[in-house]
Amino acid sequence: MSLLLPQTEGIPVPRPSLHSRQYWEGCRRHQLLYQRCAACSFRGLGAFTVCARCHASAPLWEESTGHGSLYSWTVVWRPPDPAFRVPYAPAVIRLDEGFSMLSAVIGCEPEALQEDLRLAVEFHPVSDEVTLPYFRPL
Amino acid sequence: MTGRSPHPFRGVAIAGVCNTVQARALPDHDSTSIALVGALGALDDAGIAPHEVDGVVGTDCAQIALELGLGPCTRRPSSLGIPALLDAAALITTGQCDVVLVAAGGAGVHSDRASTAPWTRPANELVVGYGLFTAAEFALMARRHMLTYGTTPEQMATAAAVIRTNGHLNPDAVYSGRGPFSPADILASRMIADPFHLLDCATTSEGGCAIVVTKAERAGARQAPVWILGGASDAFGPAYVVAPVWDFQPRADSFPAGLVGARAAGIAFAMAGLAPGDVDVAELYDPFSFEIIRQLEAFGFCGPGEGGPFVEDGNIGPAGALPVTTDGGTMSFSHPGINAQQLQRVIRATQQLRGSCASCQVDGAEVALCSNGGSGALFCDVLLLGRERP
Repeated sequence: MSLLLPQTEGIPVPRPSLHSRQYWEGCRRHQLLYQRCAACSFRGLGAFTVCARCHASAPLWEESTGHGSLYSWTVVWRPPDPAFRVPYAPAVIRLDEGFSMLSAVIGCEPEALQEDLRLAVEFHPVSDEVTLPYFRPL
Repeated sequence: MTGRSPHPFRGVAIAGVCNTVQARALPDHDSTSIALVGALGALDDAGIAPHEVDGVVGTDCAQIALELGLGPCTRRPSSLGIPALLDAAALITTGQCDVVLVAAGGAGVHSDRASTAPWTRPANELVVGYGLFTAAEFALMARRHMLTYGTTPEQMATAAAVIRTNGHLNPDAVYSGRGPFSPADILASRMIADPFHLLDCATTSEGGCAIVVTKAERAGARQAPVWILGGASDAFGPAYVVAPVWDFQPRADSFPAGLVGARAAGIAFAMAGLAPGDVDVAELYDPFSFEIIRQLEAFGFCGPGEGGPFVEDGNIGPAGALPVTTDGGTMSFSHPGINAQQLQRVIRATQQLRGSCASCQVDGAEVALCSNGGSGALFCDVLLLGRERP
């Protein structure tokens, strides 16, 4: 048995930056926010201020349903920092709103991971300031 | 020759190269001091005195200029690896310099052995909390290739076994004499980030190296010059900042991030007037076994999805159709940080074209390709070198 679990306090935590602040504040409220270009609906891989496709400014922040499909994953047994509890499963999730993000799958065995596995977001705090979105099989 | 413009790098030669001793640890050195050993070694190899250097390229160029007393000299502080070589060549073709030194070293950087090497785990906000590091980044790309094309762990292990056995045979490799390796040996090593076992991954080590690039007339004092036939770089974004997504494709009319390097290879081959079939040896950058399979496809040595079978069929061994990473690469020869090991692909290609390799020499090699970076890092550089002046 090696159930995939969220990490706990003590891991290296993200430091929110100027343009990603809303994303991390959303996570603390258990809302998964993403950016969409107001002009062409482009969705990026991270926070952006200019649309990478049509170069319009002022992208919108919108709330995702938090439902998506497993696009790619790995199962880590040797962590970069000993604070991480292994195994854990970093993954690229394709959200139903058409954007992709990095997260980790929890709540199943590594053997259950497969392409297009349906997932739902779940939030876990890793420090007083930072809450991370994880994904659990539906 | 009417109507045909000369090759852009016709006036530029690789005149000298040097790898210092490479080891798991070099306790008497820091990164600068071992880079200086490499710099002096490459200048000696070229038969050029240090005071003749009038340009230094690379992230540590200012420090190297200071330590070797080269001021005033030209600096290019922004590039590493193959882009540093191309910058050095451009300094010469534009008449800014006659003798350019590209030097790099890594020592005393990886001291916390409970963690992976610091350059493998940049703490960027969207990835750090998920324990991402280079092995996981490249694994996320490898998984997509497995799902799309049926690429297998055995095929990846075959690439690792070939490169590690090349290193076993290389007297200068950190892991010299540690093999030979079979694919089963790779698969039997402990899992790091599925599908990568320990022996699918680059090692970490310490060492320095340098390359001297000169005006064509200045080369040849001690070694036959080696020529730059073509080179270019591809990037999709900064390494290890966003999710490594194979089909991330910002340009609707181009190709996805999973094929990073395909454009660079196309430019390099066009500049050289050559095709993949003309390459005698490929000194591919080997951070992880999968990346060999991916680069073979991206550079056009085989079709999409054919990289696994290409490796499995024995093509990349020292006696195969396309010998790959003949010094043992970052898996076995050395991996001393974020810079030197990229230049070392160029050094090995130069040694192959000189015919001076102590192991895995490809007889009569005329054209060598080298690469840097890879899919998980969202960048990939390609350089073509030749024995014949373009």
